Amino acid sequence: MMQHEQLFQSKIDQEVKIEPLDWMPDAYRKNLVRQISQHAHSEIVGMLPEGNWITRAPSLKRKAILLAKVQDEAGHGLYLYSAAETLGTSRDQMIEDLHSGKAKYSSIFNYPTLTWADMGAIGWLVDGAAILNQVMLCRTSYGPYARAMVRICKEESFHQRQGFESLLVLSKGTETQKQMCQDAINRWWWPSLMMFGPKDADSTHSDQSMKWKIKRKSNDELRQQFIDMIAGQVKLLGMTLPDPDLKWNEERKHYDFGEIDWEEFWAVVKGNGPCNKERLAARKKAWDDGAWVREAAKVYAEKQSKKILKSA
Amino acid sequence: MFAINKYYYGDIPDGGGNTSNAQFSAENEWPLWEVFIRHKQGLDHKHVGSLHAADANMAIENARDVYTRRMEGVSIWVVESKNIHASQPEDAGSFYDPAQDKIYRHPTFYDLPDEVKHM
Amino acid sequence: MPATKNTTPLIKWLFYMADSNLILSQRNSEWCGHGPVLEQDIALTNMALDQLGQARAYYQYIAHLLNQDVQSPEQYTNEDELAFLRDNRAFHNLLLCELPNGDWAQTIAKLFFFSHYQYQLLNMLTQHEDDTIRAIAIKSLKEVTYHVRWSSEWVIRLGDGTEESKTRMNNAIHYLLPYLSELFNPADYELSLKAYDIESLKEKYIAAIEDVLEKAELPIPVSFHINLIQQKGGKQGLHTEHIGFILAEMQYMQRTYPNMEW
Repeated sequence: MMQHEQLFQSKIDQEVKIEPLDWMPDAYRKNLVRQISQHAHSEIVGMLPEGNWITRAPSLKRKAILLAKVQDEAGHGLYLYSAAETLGTSRDQMIEDLHSGKAKYSSIFNYPTLTWADMGAIGWLVDGAAILNQVMLCRTSYGPYARAMVRICKEESFHQRQGFESLLVLSKGTETQKQMCQDAINRWWWPSLMMFGPKDADSTHSDQSMKWKIKRKSNDELRQQFIDMIAGQVKLLGMTLPDPDLKWNEERKHYDFGEIDWEEFWAVVKGNGPCNKERLAARKKAWDDGAWVREAAKVYAEKQSKKILKSA
Repeated sequence: MFAINKYYYGDIPDGGGNTSNAQFSAENEWPLWEVFIRHKQGLDHKHVGSLHAADANMAIENARDVYTRRMEGVSIWVVESKNIHASQPEDAGSFYDPAQDKIYRHPTFYDLPDEVKHM
Repeated sequence: MPATKNTTPLIKWLFYMADSNLILSQRNSEWCGHGPVLEQDIALTNMALDQLGQARAYYQYIAHLLNQDVQSPEQYTNEDELAFLRDNRAFHNLLLCELPNGDWAQTIAKLFFFSHYQYQLLNMLTQHEDDTIRAIAIKSLKEVTYHVRWSSEWVIRLGDGTEESKTRMNNAIHYLLPYLSELFNPADYELSLKAYDIESLKEKYIAAIEDVLEKAELPIPVSFHINLIQQKGGKQGLHTEHIGFILAEMQYMQRTYPNMEW
């Protein structure tokens, strides 16, 4: 066992990817299944807040873009479930865990989408935050996860661009549109920062995820990277970020920023966000309503293969 | 084992919900298929990922809808995952290492005079 | 509001095609994020996107034609004005397209009945004398060929699947049958266009539909039913109550925030 463990770690250290049939510590496998499935659930639940606006998009072009974007998220969920399936867990099991509350998804999707500008803000801020993680995960140590992330990153870059571009149009529009744009940024800014998780200082134990190179950057590093990026871009929109403490620190060469409301963060994680119940209920309903469809297709396929056997 | 308590995006700790680990049967699930796509004429089919489908026909169509939305393909192969047979990682030494010292199989092994061009 | 008062039969017919596609796309897009399984969620969204693309092609052509008669650029119309600022009496879509999604079987059946119709129609339009219509038809036909295949397979799968799926498919088809006669009940603008032979369209359509239903072990005499109860009016702008709700939702932004760019 020890030998396996050493060999495994030396592969990781040498940047050799771990593939599905390779020996791996149970904790590595468990950690991956949890992380990948949570990531997959986030994509699928993430379809709901934006899906809200497909039928109300303000132009045919925006409708097509939004539809294609939300569809991409279904695809991303699918790629990620597939990656987790290579670790020996079934998609149905993962979905069951989501529905039972055992598995989590990103809390950001428990916030409501109240205006059209939220579509832009989600693309720019939420997808922007997600992309930083995803780019890092393209180099994660588990092969199937890394490959899924590469595919996702390729598709994802359109998401952030369309979000920013859509806000840019609002920022050049009427007073009403500008207000709508600023309001959306105000509401999505802090939840986006929370997407990176608790502060590094709040975890004191050995960081196994980094040692295994599942992750390569800490929460705070990624969060800072995100803030620096957005603080620059928001100027192009002529909008502001709702943080009076946000300012450039010449010494650190980074933006300083205010304190995140961690009470809110944990409340939403624990199921008490604005839309937790609605999101989960919508997923369960889709799954339950689809049960007879999935069964029928399976039964039909079995009948057909029996017919082929008979005639052979 | 290791204590993993550093949380990341997409990696929120368990707890707060129903944590009963009821064994769940996935026997109703549609089978898993591996998808291979030819990007353009003249190239090999390449593994791109997997998906679920009730039968082969549906698997091809699902592959079309899932994996070729951005003009990634001109031809699709699907194979039910259970039908893929793989060499084992523990055989890697005896399978692949013996090729390492057969350098005479490579053209660069041979020194030829410069006068011989293009061989 | 765009100048629709002097519309020609051609423009009325283009609205018929555009609106039918847009409204069915709108319905199908309601499924996005709520499908029975991820792969099929993605598949149906692809078709909603195809239909939206086809609708836009027709609207853009209409805008082009209407703008030819306009004096000043301020009066130019565009696809969004046509889609979002006409009232329900101006919509020419088939009633079939605006009916609720219901369950997966009903959604499939709507797409099945509509895409088979489109398939036959577009086939004829690929020979059309108007370059734009011909080009739209050639492009759309490829998409619709897939819709026909996909929806027919689902009809068969559900018809010959479980007892429950058979019942649901059967119910869905019977719910929709009264709306099929409208496909072949020509509007005046269709007649004056003389772009396709409706009788031959109907014949081919019924044969194709009955062929699939037979494979689905759902022996329903479509030709008999088509003439039994005839719901009509969509082509002339006389709709079911559903259209009001669809438009209220779809047109919400343009109505609430007029004259803005998005």
